[in-house]
Amino acid sequence: MDLSLSPEYEAFREHVADFIATHEAAAPKPSDTGMKHPRRLAWQKLLIKNGYAARTIPKAYGGYGAEPDILKSRIIAEEFARAGVSTGLAGQGISMLVPTLLELGTEAQKQAFIPPTLRGEMIWCQGYSEPGAGSDLASLKTKAEIDGEDYVINGQKIWTSTARQADMMFCLVRTEPDAKKHDGISYLLFSMETPGIEVRPLVDMTMSANFNEVFFTDVRVPRSQIVGKPGEGWKVANATLTHERGMLGDPNAAKARLLAIADLMHRETLNGARLIDNAVFRDRLVALQARVYAMQANGMRVMTHRLKQESPGLAGLIIKLEGCELNHELARLAIDAMGELGLLYGDTPYLRDHGSWQSRYMYDLGLIIGGGTAQIQKNIIAERGLGLPREPKPAAA
Amino acid sequence: MEFSLSEDQRMLQDSIRSFLQDAAPLDTVRQAADGDVAVLTQMADGLAALGTNQLLIPEAQYGLALGVLDAALVQEALGGAVAPADYFCNALATIGIAAAGTQAEQDSWLGKLSTGEVRFGLALTEFVGAREDAGVDAGADGLSGKSLFVINAAVATHILVCDRDGNLHIVARDSPGLKRNALPSIDRTRDFSELLFEGVESVRLSANVAAGAAAERMMQVGYILLAADTLGAAQTMLDKAVDYAKERKQFNRTIGSFQAVKHLCAEMTARLEPCRALVWQAAYAFDQGEEESAVLACLAKAHLAETGTFVARTSTEVHGGMGFTDLVGLHYWFKRIGTNRQLLGSPELVRAKAARLQGWA
Repeated sequence: MDLSLSPEYEAFREHVADFIATHEAAAPKPSDTGMKHPRRLAWQKLLIKNGYAARTIPKAYGGYGAEPDILKSRIIAEEFARAGVSTGLAGQGISMLVPTLLELGTEAQKQAFIPPTLRGEMIWCQGYSEPGAGSDLASLKTKAEIDGEDYVINGQKIWTSTARQADMMFCLVRTEPDAKKHDGISYLLFSMETPGIEVRPLVDMTMSANFNEVFFTDVRVPRSQIVGKPGEGWKVANATLTHERGMLGDPNAAKARLLAIADLMHRETLNGARLIDNAVFRDRLVALQARVYAMQANGMRVMTHRLKQESPGLAGLIIKLEGCELNHELARLAIDAMGELGLLYGDTPYLRDHGSWQSRYMYDLGLIIGGGTAQIQKNIIAERGLGLPREPKPAAA
Repeated sequence: MEFSLSEDQRMLQDSIRSFLQDAAPLDTVRQAADGDVAVLTQMADGLAALGTNQLLIPEAQYGLALGVLDAALVQEALGGAVAPADYFCNALATIGIAAAGTQAEQDSWLGKLSTGEVRFGLALTEFVGAREDAGVDAGADGLSGKSLFVINAAVATHILVCDRDGNLHIVARDSPGLKRNALPSIDRTRDFSELLFEGVESVRLSANVAAGAAAERMMQVGYILLAADTLGAAQTMLDKAVDYAKERKQFNRTIGSFQAVKHLCAEMTARLEPCRALVWQAAYAFDQGEEESAVLACLAKAHLAETGTFVARTSTEVHGGMGFTDLVGLHYWFKRIGTNRQLLGSPELVRAKAARLQGWA
């Protein structure tokens, strides 16, 4: 155990902090809405130029071209979080599609799609889930049939975030209807402006349309816009699902949330007494603090494994399940501490923190379900992690 | 930056584990539980021969000068085997003597602990909270009063006693005026007693430190070691549950193929795995003298108590009826975890302390 940083990394930390102090005035503000707001794009450009975004992506594809260094990436994330400054653009194009193309895309695909995606000029949405294919994603039915030089797509996707803003979609479709279910899927890329695509907003329990349904009627996509070979889409998609699961359940986010709740409990009063002075609420806060600290320590343990290029094993497999659950419980404590005031969810002077605790509490439930439900996570932990046997397949009907 | 055990630390833990495989199989644990004091002495001798009691002692007193993280790894192995061992008491006594003793007192007592001349029991319960009006007063004619839940008085040569003012004293177990009544608890792998003091001669550790400061330091290490003991015990219970779920068949299937059962195993894993990192970090923070170390020790103790309780109950359930029997012996781990939960303070008390330490109260 040695949690200190070597002089090289301490110097790097100072370097990052200096950059932030010099440039933070140029960072996008929360009021800069719109995914292509000029300030967001300019900030992204500045971050890439200095190696704080797209850090390890080769220069040839518009990245900074640094050698992968998990510790440096972590220092960057910590320093930007400490300053409350945006670490640049996120979204499924940058976090999921780009790593997939780097691994499995053709040279032409890398050239065409990675640079504009990194610059924030090309926004992507993910077409995976369908009404009949959720946890059992491989049973998806949206079909793509070959007609001349094109695939012709018919079917429907659901839970598609940012579909209305997106320029492009990466999409799983069934191309080999006679193959076994995992072997008949292909991974296609196409423009959201292709004729035959209809997007309908899907309002969720937070009362925002974070998601959409996307309908395809005879959508024609050139056969060249496939990643991997026909029928290999499942393998291609799994490369990106791994990236998504790593994104959810970030322990540093949980720590920030814990501190915000402690702060809230110092401000909120009941009969004139602060909630932090209420033994029952305080006990809940400390109990959750212990879980947050445990997940943070677990995160450092996982990072050490990754630095040594070892598998983090169970310590890695549990992060999505435990991390999402913990965030959800943190939001619930904040709401309970506010009592009736915690119910407010609209424009009133009594509204606390813009109603964000209620929306987090609800949105977190979405995260517990999305990206592999809690039940699927438990299957993964038990089967891959503990070696328990899989559910026997039901006898064919 | 490296959040992992060193090669030496892994070897230390492996050596304790392989010793326990021979020295503390379940049959031996049962013998100790049935009151065979010879087993306790044998175990204490065996662990001492491995150098465990010297682990936290400085080199000047013939110790190994290792840290609380190393001590926690030993304790985790002991918890994993539900070993009836006096290690916990000797480790805490080392911390107490180092914190409250003058140089001469340290040389004398830690030297004797190194060579195996003395073995300690602990009378600390009332520093955490007194029940039944227990408490020991230091007066001109020695110590008087009573202490409950004294650990390890049956095999110790000496007892480290914390008086009502938070000062530490060392008392020979065969001192005149000292009476011992056994306190039979659920956890027969541990030895608990009531000690009655009537003008008992004692050595007061007399370095110039604030009253309670040394006891507080012992408390911090005690939290970490109890958390480590529970970590080891809970990991064994989880491993046993997984093994059982892979073997046991019902409805022509191994029960581990039912999601109802495999999800219980996954839930135990998801809650317990981060605990390992928390215990490491709390111990490391203590060894580094980090500002947050006192809070981390409290969080580790309270959180392992809660997680251990969950694992103990859930693992027993996965074992079905067999988990409930004496035959399998799973209850030794269940009871060890339940005991660790109360020792040095229940989770509620320890969390209240963590809040105070952070200025949240």
